[in-house]
Amino acid sequence: MARAAVSGRLTWRLATVTGSRWETPSVRTLVLDVPDWPGHLPGQHIDLRLTAPDGYRAQRSYSIASAWAGTGPIELTVQRLDDGEVSPYLTDTVEVGDQLELRGPVGGWFVWRETEPAPVLLVAGGSGVVPLMAMIRARGAVRGRQPFRLIYSVRTPADVCYAEELRRRVRDDAGLDVHLLYTRKAPEDSPATPKRIDVATLNTHGWPPDFGASCFVCGPTGFVEAAADILVALGHEPRRIRTERFGGTS
Amino acid sequence: MNELDGNAMAGDLLEVFAADATSARFTCAGCGHADALATLRMWGPAPGRVGRCPHCEDVVLRVVRAPDRIFLDLRGAVRLEFSVSGS
Repeated sequence: MARAAVSGRLTWRLATVTGSRWETPSVRTLVLDVPDWPGHLPGQHIDLRLTAPDGYRAQRSYSIASAWAGTGPIELTVQRLDDGEVSPYLTDTVEVGDQLELRGPVGGWFVWRETEPAPVLLVAGGSGVVPLMAMIRARGAVRGRQPFRLIYSVRTPADVCYAEELRRRVRDDAGLDVHLLYTRKAPEDSPATPKRIDVATLNTHGWPPDFGASCFVCGPTGFVEAAADILVALGHEPRRIRTERFGGTS
Repeated sequence: MNELDGNAMAGDLLEVFAADATSARFTCAGCGHADALATLRMWGPAPGRVGRCPHCEDVVLRVVRAPDRIFLDLRGAVRLEFSVSGS
């Protein structure tokens, strides 16, 4: 991964949508060509702003889903919030060739650095998987040796983002484990029963606390608080647990 | 209103500070709790950013963006501590 700046002066840039794909029926990935993009670290986000013809502006933060390889486009994965002001535009209206105004990358706390040797536990609720996927991709890009585990909570099997890619990465990479947790409906061929994140899940599929793992938890507030509280109760050091809350639903 | 956290303030704060401020450690003037600004509780979208202490819920920091200026109210923070050894 190329060196990426965490700080620096911010400028709004006009990005061009060069591609898109649906991850689930309500989650869409946008591929963006951003002129003079300085590179980013996995976990960082961008601020995106939309300006209406009358000058009204709405600004939101979106996590970057892609890892930076020194060149190329960046990807955002956006979940449609039905009462949202910006996300339905990004999921349902924006087309290839459209331009979007954004600035970044920003954020230096909820970030994984490839130089950190510690094992990593990623805990995702719904579209909270996006910045964590950037970490998985960044680790893959540099062939990181740090063992990664992802615990990913979704409502139903149809709500899994990056499902194919995660399957492929787990198959090809002994250092990556993924455990899916279903809150409403489990796959029909699975013995799992739907449940919310709990002690047994984090104890069984996470790392033992004495491994000193770095934990990244991202999702809606209720999910983040439940998962972070359990990790602390299991003996993980609070300073090794980083959280990011977003306003989506899961 | 969506529940967010201090991570979402990174862009606005980077307009003011020379380094990422969400990694900086605040000490709450109300209860003495200390942690990264990224952990502040925030609700949005709103015209101003109000970051509350995750421990006592007192307002630690406010950022209000006007067309030609930024107002930063830090009276709820005793201090901000920035790491400068390779952030």
